[in-house]
Amino acid sequence: MDAETTTAVRVAASEQEALISGSEAVAVASKLADVDVITAYPIRPYDTMMQYVAKQIANGEQDAEYIVADSEHSQFEIAKHACAVGARALCGSSGVGWCYAFEAIAVTPALRLPLLAMVGNRALDDPGAFGTEHNDALAARDLGWMHVWVDTAQEALDTTLIAYRVAEDRRVFLPCAISTDGAFLTHSQSLVKIPPKAWVDEFLPRYDRGDLTFHPDNPITIAPQVNEDWLMEIRRQTDQAMRNARGVIEEAYRDFRRIFGRDYGNPFFEEYYTDDAEIVLTGMGTLSMPVKVVVRKLRAEGQKVGFVRIRWFRPFDYERLGALLSRFAAVGVIDRDFSMGSPFNSGVLANEIRAALYGQDRHPPVVSFIAGLGGREVTIPNVKEMIELTRRAAEEGKAPRDTYWIGVRA
Amino acid sequence: MARTISVEVVYRGIFQKTLAKNICRGIVLAARKEGKVGIAFGRYGDSPERNGIPAKQFAIVAPDEEELQLSMAQYEPAETDVTIALDDTLCKGVESWAWYGLQPINEKIRENGTLIVTSTLPAEELIAFCHRKSYPYRLALIKGIPSFSGLWVYKDDHTDVRVLGALPKVCPDLVGLDAMLAGIKDEWKDELKVASARRSFDQVAIRTVQPGEGNPEAPYKFEMPGWTKMREGVTIEGIRLGEPVKFGDLIGGYRPARNPYFKKYTTRTMRPVIDFDKCIKCTLCWLQCPDSCFDVTPDGYYDMNAEACCGCGVCEAVCPVDGCITMVNEVAFSDNKSQWEMWKKDKDAYRTWVAQKIGARPERSHGFRYKGQYEEQVARVGVGAGAGEGGEG
Repeated sequence: MDAETTTAVRVAASEQEALISGSEAVAVASKLADVDVITAYPIRPYDTMMQYVAKQIANGEQDAEYIVADSEHSQFEIAKHACAVGARALCGSSGVGWCYAFEAIAVTPALRLPLLAMVGNRALDDPGAFGTEHNDALAARDLGWMHVWVDTAQEALDTTLIAYRVAEDRRVFLPCAISTDGAFLTHSQSLVKIPPKAWVDEFLPRYDRGDLTFHPDNPITIAPQVNEDWLMEIRRQTDQAMRNARGVIEEAYRDFRRIFGRDYGNPFFEEYYTDDAEIVLTGMGTLSMPVKVVVRKLRAEGQKVGFVRIRWFRPFDYERLGALLSRFAAVGVIDRDFSMGSPFNSGVLANEIRAALYGQDRHPPVVSFIAGLGGREVTIPNVKEMIELTRRAAEEGKAPRDTYWIGVRA
Repeated sequence: MARTISVEVVYRGIFQKTLAKNICRGIVLAARKEGKVGIAFGRYGDSPERNGIPAKQFAIVAPDEEELQLSMAQYEPAETDVTIALDDTLCKGVESWAWYGLQPINEKIRENGTLIVTSTLPAEELIAFCHRKSYPYRLALIKGIPSFSGLWVYKDDHTDVRVLGALPKVCPDLVGLDAMLAGIKDEWKDELKVASARRSFDQVAIRTVQPGEGNPEAPYKFEMPGWTKMREGVTIEGIRLGEPVKFGDLIGGYRPARNPYFKKYTTRTMRPVIDFDKCIKCTLCWLQCPDSCFDVTPDGYYDMNAEACCGCGVCEAVCPVDGCITMVNEVAFSDNKSQWEMWKKDKDAYRTWVAQKIGARPERSHGFRYKGQYEEQVARVGVGAGAGEGGEG
């Protein structure tokens, strides 16, 4: 950050460091953002966030309506309604808990309610597994929710603030799910810089619903009965809001950089050693950690490999991502999810990336991998194997017609 | 420091959760004073914790963020520089939710790494429990009663800072004493705790454990099948009916079939000693045992199966005969053999054995057994009270 962009506020205060988990970082962000209503229903690993909110309230550090509901369904309904009356709201869940709230989740975007939810990514039961897997959040990928994946506790805190700014922008007014990998983010404490409240106040304007506020002074009806006569127009409005979100996200990250001094580069995806890379891996969430370690190791040996971490999954920055990926000799996509019966038997992300590349002039081979399901560690040898397979596709100039399952016992 | 240092804390689930968390946070915050970065986390698969089940937390300290990345999406480090056993009975090995089979307490310790144990036992007795390793490592003894507390309470007997204070001595690469004391002062704002840490630094006793020293037994483990070999539909074979107990010519009674993949006995900190001469065969221990760990013998007695018993003490509580079942500290035993068989073979020898085992009053259970127990223990052992005996603060 250069001196000209330094604001008066930034000079006047400094950040404090704390040893907290990714979930706790979201809870701290909710305090900094003065969230009005927080609804909760326990399921691990998300529950580490609600516990920390409860602690902050009990300690007198946070002032919010904290409502523990009778189920995730009620939890998401209550938070949704709080958004309708103009309250800044937060909820969250994991795995099948998120699925149990699905009726509320499905209707929130059309009502243009900027609800934030933390998804502590968890495998869907049965069996009762609680390791990370992205199918919970991805089940809601097509409904008009914005989706963002983070890979550190610091990014969880920062992204929560950014997501409020984006979601509550009148051009957007859409809900946003912040995905944090179970265990690696939700249950691991790392050193996080806590920004001063003054910076957050400068960055995040008051949530103003204007004429959409549900209030006796502003009598409106929300969600009257409609059928084929209205619904397409409603869907198109939601679609437009999601399109608008792209620009609003850019603005928000620019302002975040100006006020907080942390530069996330391209908001939509993180590029790691891509400049002169011949092949790259892509993926979402904390699998970035072992991948970055291997990329640095191979770079030291002179191999031109890189990594692209997808941050915003909805809206998907297909144009810039497609343009970037089309440069490489091959692209390996790591899905910590599955989409059984989909093209090439891939995960969700691989087919999104194939689609993004379709509009490009060059079409490098896309090699798809499924790895780390149920929270299985993506190991250093796993990453090396995926890079090797991607390199082979680059040399042969064509992609395999199927998906590799990495780290599965045969 | 140019490398990442990994510390593992092995503890009794719930009873020592806060203690383990305090230690791991304390490590990272102290190392921060030296400009290092770190993470503190519990092993995810151990939770939800159950009373006494072995569980783990970790602290990993690295020179910079890049070095730390290797550890940021892992459940356990591949090897540890320091492993801390917060209860000495854990030296017998660990079975947990997150592990199949028996994991030796020193499994992860690297060559010349250190095992820290809080115990009142001499080092030789602890080493006899620990499985042998092919290379040397060190045992650091912090003299004190293993610190147990409950779900909602924390027994602040300074075990947390005594462990922290020992760390700069056993692993100076992790953090120096000055940074550790400064970190403790920041976190607890209590000079007494700083004094306890400093004294622990001075008093911790370290000795080298040579290759081949220790328990020669091979820990049991299991192979997990691949997806082409597993039954479909997330189904597993049910546990079959049990079988009669056989002992010499005697065949009869009933031994229930048990889960061979999770034996549970490393959960135990005490075990029942049964005086069969006093048993009136009332069935209550067998009926009330929550883990069905009593085998019915051919002659109608109830024999505690030490591979299945997790040491809850219900049998002792329900037994109507005075002195028939007595819970005894697990450190007094070196095997899981049948007590009933021992009694059948040589009743006199068995009586001597029982008298010897129950002669010393049990020092620990899940909670206290009588009013004043803790004070008695502290007086007898002479350490472990931390603040209570601190004169330097």
